[in-house]
Amino acid sequence: MSASDTSLAERVFALLAAVPDPEIPVISLTDLGIIRAVRPGHPPEVVITPTYSGCPASLAIQRSVRQALDEAGLREVQIKTELAPAWTTDWITEEGRRKLLAYGIAPPETAQDRLRAKGDDPATCPQCGSAHTQEISRYGSTPCKALWRCLDCAEPFDRFKCI
Amino acid sequence: MTQSPLDLALRLGDDALILSQRLCEWCGHAPTLEIDLALSNIGLDLLGQAQFFLDYAGQLEGAGRDADVLAYHREEHEFKNCLLAEQPNGDFARTMVRQFFFSSWQLLRFQELARSSDEHFAAIAAKALKEIAYHLQFSADWVVRLGDGTEESRTRVQTALAWCWRFVDELFAGDDGVLRPAWEARVSATLAQAGLSLPAPVRGITGGREGRHSEHLGHLLAEMQYLQRVHPGAQW
Repeated sequence: MSASDTSLAERVFALLAAVPDPEIPVISLTDLGIIRAVRPGHPPEVVITPTYSGCPASLAIQRSVRQALDEAGLREVQIKTELAPAWTTDWITEEGRRKLLAYGIAPPETAQDRLRAKGDDPATCPQCGSAHTQEISRYGSTPCKALWRCLDCAEPFDRFKCI
Repeated sequence: MTQSPLDLALRLGDDALILSQRLCEWCGHAPTLEIDLALSNIGLDLLGQAQFFLDYAGQLEGAGRDADVLAYHREEHEFKNCLLAEQPNGDFARTMVRQFFFSSWQLLRFQELARSSDEHFAAIAAKALKEIAYHLQFSADWVVRLGDGTEESRTRVQTALAWCWRFVDELFAGDDGVLRPAWEARVSATLAQAGLSLPAPVRGITGGREGRHSEHLGHLLAEMQYLQRVHPGAQW
């Protein structure tokens, strides 16, 4: 990879670090870990992967990326969607996890084995920090979140599902 | 019977599309808000999977049809979904048993597909498996809760098991027959938690994979395809 290829990748990642996720605008697309690569070439490509197969924000995300690239004069950069390797919440950055927590969404834990047969570990309440919490619904306001409540401070909260 | 990749992409895409449409009929009608959210979210996952499979089917076909054209501009006999997916929702117990049977099958089938040498199939399956694990857990939990609940809920879930059972043979037709013992073992284990068991063998109803559907599919398509049939190519 030449120096100009490296600088293009850095430039695109820096640009997209300022583009908010349309459904959870407190984190950026790079925080979410869905910007997988910038591939030099003719034309160069930025590779995006969806969080969930049916994520309704996919189209909005593509449009936001297109707009950010166009505004930065990178009209030639193409957007490519790739499914493999499949997105995992392990790709959410440390910075992203901090922002989620501050926003009131319990971030997903990082661990190897997410798909256990029965339930996840209790979430930590983003309001009071208690681990005395309970799942209300495995499905929430977006495909990537579940509904939980804190049994100490009684606040309901969203929890990012581990996948 | 050897399946062509195109036929496989249509089958799996149509399964996901038709079941998604059925699940979203619950939107605004589910017993509680949480269940409403869950069923719509499961439907959304399936719709995404359908789009990936049908877009790939369109590529394989090479006739310029994409997922939207395949979804909105085919007739009943051109759909390759299993009959289980198109069955009416019935009561909540039937919807849960249908989902439980389907997700249990999809999990095993997609674990195989994720090892496919065809990288498109492998990628769609690997991604979908994460979602299917949640669908299976949700539906299995409800089957146990209903089976282990009141006399009324137990009767309903038993009725639902018998209703859905006729459509299980079709899932394991042809090469997929090798998956059946693992499926029965997993399903039985869940049912046993609620003191339920698999129904006695019956003569299964098949035909969906060859485009011979129950009358329910036509009604479903009439609603799903209406706008694109009246205004072909309409865009948001």
